[in-house]
Amino acid sequence: MARKPRDNEHTCPHGVSRRGFLGSLGAGAVAAATLGRPGETAPPEVADAVEPSKVTLLVNGRRHRLLVEPRWTLLHVLRERLGLTGSKPGCERGECGACTVLIDGVPRYACLTLALEAEGHEVTTIEGLMRGEELGPTQQAFAAEDAFQCGYCTPGQIMAAEGLLRAKPAPTVAEIRLGMSGNLCRCGAYPHIVKAVRRAAEARKGGGR
Amino acid sequence: MSPVCFAPDSGGGGGASTPAPWGETKVVGARLPRVDAYERVSGSAVYTLDLQLPGMLHAAIVRCPHAHARVKRIDTAKAETMPGVRGVLTGESPGAAIPWYQGREGPLSLLFDPHCRHEGEEVAAVAADTALQAHDAARAVVVEYEELPFVVDPDKALAPDAPKVHDWGNLLGQPRVTTRGDVAAGFAAADAVVEMTFRTPVQMHTPMEVHVSVAQWDGDRLTVWDSTQGVYAIREALAGALKLPLASVRVVGHYMGGGFGSKLELGKYTVIAALLARRLGRPVKAALTREETFLVAGNRPSNVITLKAGAKRDGALTALEARLSGPVGAYPTSAVSAYQIGDLYTCPNVKFETTNILIHAGKARPFRAPGFPSCNWALEQVVDTLAEKLGLDPVELRLKNIPTVSQLNDNAPYTSTGLARCLTEGAVAFGWTEARRRPKTAGHLRRGVGVAAGMWGYGGDPNATAIVTLYADGSVNLNTGASDLGTGTKTVLAMVVAEELGVAPDRIQVEHADTATTKFAPSSGGSQTVLVNSPAVRAAAIEVKRQVLEIAARQLDKPVGDLAVADGAVVVAGAGGKRVPFSELKGLGERRMLVGVGMRHPHPEGKLALPFAAQFAEVEVDTRSGAVRVLRVLAAQDSGRVMNRLTFNNQVFGGVVQGLGFALTEERVLDRATGKMVNANWHDYKVPTMLDSPAEAECLPIDPHDTECNTVGAKGLGEPAHIPAATAIANAIHDAVGVRPLEAPVTPARLVALLAAQERKG
Repeated sequence: MARKPRDNEHTCPHGVSRRGFLGSLGAGAVAAATLGRPGETAPPEVADAVEPSKVTLLVNGRRHRLLVEPRWTLLHVLRERLGLTGSKPGCERGECGACTVLIDGVPRYACLTLALEAEGHEVTTIEGLMRGEELGPTQQAFAAEDAFQCGYCTPGQIMAAEGLLRAKPAPTVAEIRLGMSGNLCRCGAYPHIVKAVRRAAEARKGGGR
Repeated sequence: MSPVCFAPDSGGGGGASTPAPWGETKVVGARLPRVDAYERVSGSAVYTLDLQLPGMLHAAIVRCPHAHARVKRIDTAKAETMPGVRGVLTGESPGAAIPWYQGREGPLSLLFDPHCRHEGEEVAAVAADTALQAHDAARAVVVEYEELPFVVDPDKALAPDAPKVHDWGNLLGQPRVTTRGDVAAGFAAADAVVEMTFRTPVQMHTPMEVHVSVAQWDGDRLTVWDSTQGVYAIREALAGALKLPLASVRVVGHYMGGGFGSKLELGKYTVIAALLARRLGRPVKAALTREETFLVAGNRPSNVITLKAGAKRDGALTALEARLSGPVGAYPTSAVSAYQIGDLYTCPNVKFETTNILIHAGKARPFRAPGFPSCNWALEQVVDTLAEKLGLDPVELRLKNIPTVSQLNDNAPYTSTGLARCLTEGAVAFGWTEARRRPKTAGHLRRGVGVAAGMWGYGGDPNATAIVTLYADGSVNLNTGASDLGTGTKTVLAMVVAEELGVAPDRIQVEHADTATTKFAPSSGGSQTVLVNSPAVRAAAIEVKRQVLEIAARQLDKPVGDLAVADGAVVVAGAGGKRVPFSELKGLGERRMLVGVGMRHPHPEGKLALPFAAQFAEVEVDTRSGAVRVLRVLAAQDSGRVMNRLTFNNQVFGGVVQGLGFALTEERVLDRATGKMVNANWHDYKVPTMLDSPAEAECLPIDPHDTECNTVGAKGLGEPAHIPAATAIANAIHDAVGVRPLEAPVTPARLVALLAAQERKG
């Protein structure tokens, strides 16, 4: 089963490493184990998990100044602070892709990205694909091909498709299957999702985003 | 628009007689995108997990980490003082001593039972300002447990010295034996006899949206938003648990992110949210974590099935004898179904025994055709093996045994059965004969094809009420209590109104799944939603149409018989007939709205309306790695009338993909040393991804034009689309490499072991 690589290679602008993040979530033993033996090297500076930090996030072209806890994920901030509930939590550990957003145009799991890590990057969510009330071409293709059932994973699927098509405007079916394989759909709408991505690729040829 | 016969109203409200079946339809059956597609692809659909209410708190649940333990002490002191914490709930809290899980002689457990019978049982709960704070505090609740011996292996649970789940032991009821004819005589008369033992996995539902409720009180009245398959069932159970009148409980279940059977029953989290919300005077959201859903939100039990079958040289079955057993978890439900052994094929001599076993694990819940895919895994592999032994084509052998009556139900006839057509027309569309003749391909990549048939055994709860309201401007409100799990219920029901009332589907607003504002519909499960609700909706639309035509007849001074509805208008018969839009009907303008109430009619007397299926699969097996790729699948489905070809196909493919998971990747693993689940996440529990799903999938609807099953001619779809999928893959694996995959899932490790054993045997 191909999955997207864990999104843990970011360097964090605020000195909060993923290790600190894990520790703050109660996986202290895991963090301790990865920190090495005491005294060997100086432990990295770890911010207090709940002490709020200032951050400016650029989401769907709009700048938001926020106070966030360092442990908050981008997904948490999008949903709970910015009210952008289109991005869905499915597993909150990078396994399902329901929270997929674009960061600088590349699909990323928002549940594995700390809000602080997103500073200085352009974040696009499903809401950001809309042109006012109008659906974007990838969204339209998903609607037309009935590329979902319960629709819960759909925003993530659409963002994965959007990222794929931005990088590869005319993907083959094999490329679509690979590119979309980091997004689970428990209803099993995969055959229709493939059709939707192909349709979206066609639609975008004519000047779609 | 096809003409509809109107019998005179027989008197009482909504008492119109049964309408004639549809002939050709204009809207029903079309490839229509969903009425709520915009909401679902724009991200604007509000699922229960998305809901934010002013002042809303978040709950987190403290769970027993052991397979079997007794709570000795709970210390909540630290948790209560943590940031954001508003309240802690334990079994000692006022109103929390709520009985849970009914046994024959009363309740077996409590909302917070100090006797924890499986990993993840609820011990306490915390409410805080944010979900993170609630989880922090839940971790800070100190619980002292006395660990107790446990049994999680169903093979060992019935041993005399096995730790007991309940006082009476680990056998749930007594094994049930069902017999017809004389199996010994049947086997004696057989030309070929096959006996095999199969094992199927515990499969987890894991819908994409976790189980979640939001509870809010208004005085003594409770509103709960729930990610559920049935608002009425949840309301009944919730009112019972909290001892409230039904009228005081409102359950809303609009957008929900999948259920597959796991969201049919009331969850403890819902009651916990309600109790905390009442005590704290604020709305409370209780959402499970993904890991929690693996522990406490149900599963499809594993089965061990020993099946013996005999057939004559020509393929006619002479006897079927089976023993089926499976673990229900720690509380009563059913783990097995032998229904297909008794009814899929004509067989005069049948005997089966079913046994339900208790173990220290989470209770099973219905999962997409409970018991049926597991039983199918055994039956359809045995039938395949008989065909091989007798030198018959597997399709041919199955065709030899097609019943037209239900042998399990006193030989009651089916209103229709397309099983034979599913097999024959499916075989043609798949290219079955040619595919079987193709060489398996030399080298380590071997191809094979397989077929499996199946049926579903539930015809639905015939009670449902729908209301259709036509407004003065010609727009329509459709009111139905049905939940839309993602199967397209809202869309299909709107299409029924569009068909009958001649209005465009986008002029129809669907109001659904809310016990305060919509009428009763049974839970969306058991493949009953469309076949139960569509006739009620059709009846309501017909009643509105009757009123429209009466009003128009007066206005136009024409007999009702000369009038019809089409494209949002009343049309007078004859060439160049006058056309009056609904919005120009004076009588409608004065009354502002016309309301039609429709009730579901009873099931046909003495007959059964059930769906059938045959699915074909082609696989490629890598004999070096044991990896199986499903190359293509064709699903031939007799679910009666296709209500919407787009959502029909989608649901069928979904059933196939879940079947693929059952066959190849999905399996709950409980650690024998600790009794704990080791793969309670989507990394280790393998749900099929797009790369696993078949590159080619084709759906072939077989519509027998059933005019008796109900007034729309549709039968169930969700479950029959799933039932034979796994077994078709198993039979294709056998065709490819010659080994019988008795145990599911057929992981690379298992298949490599089978291939190695085959090689040793030479």
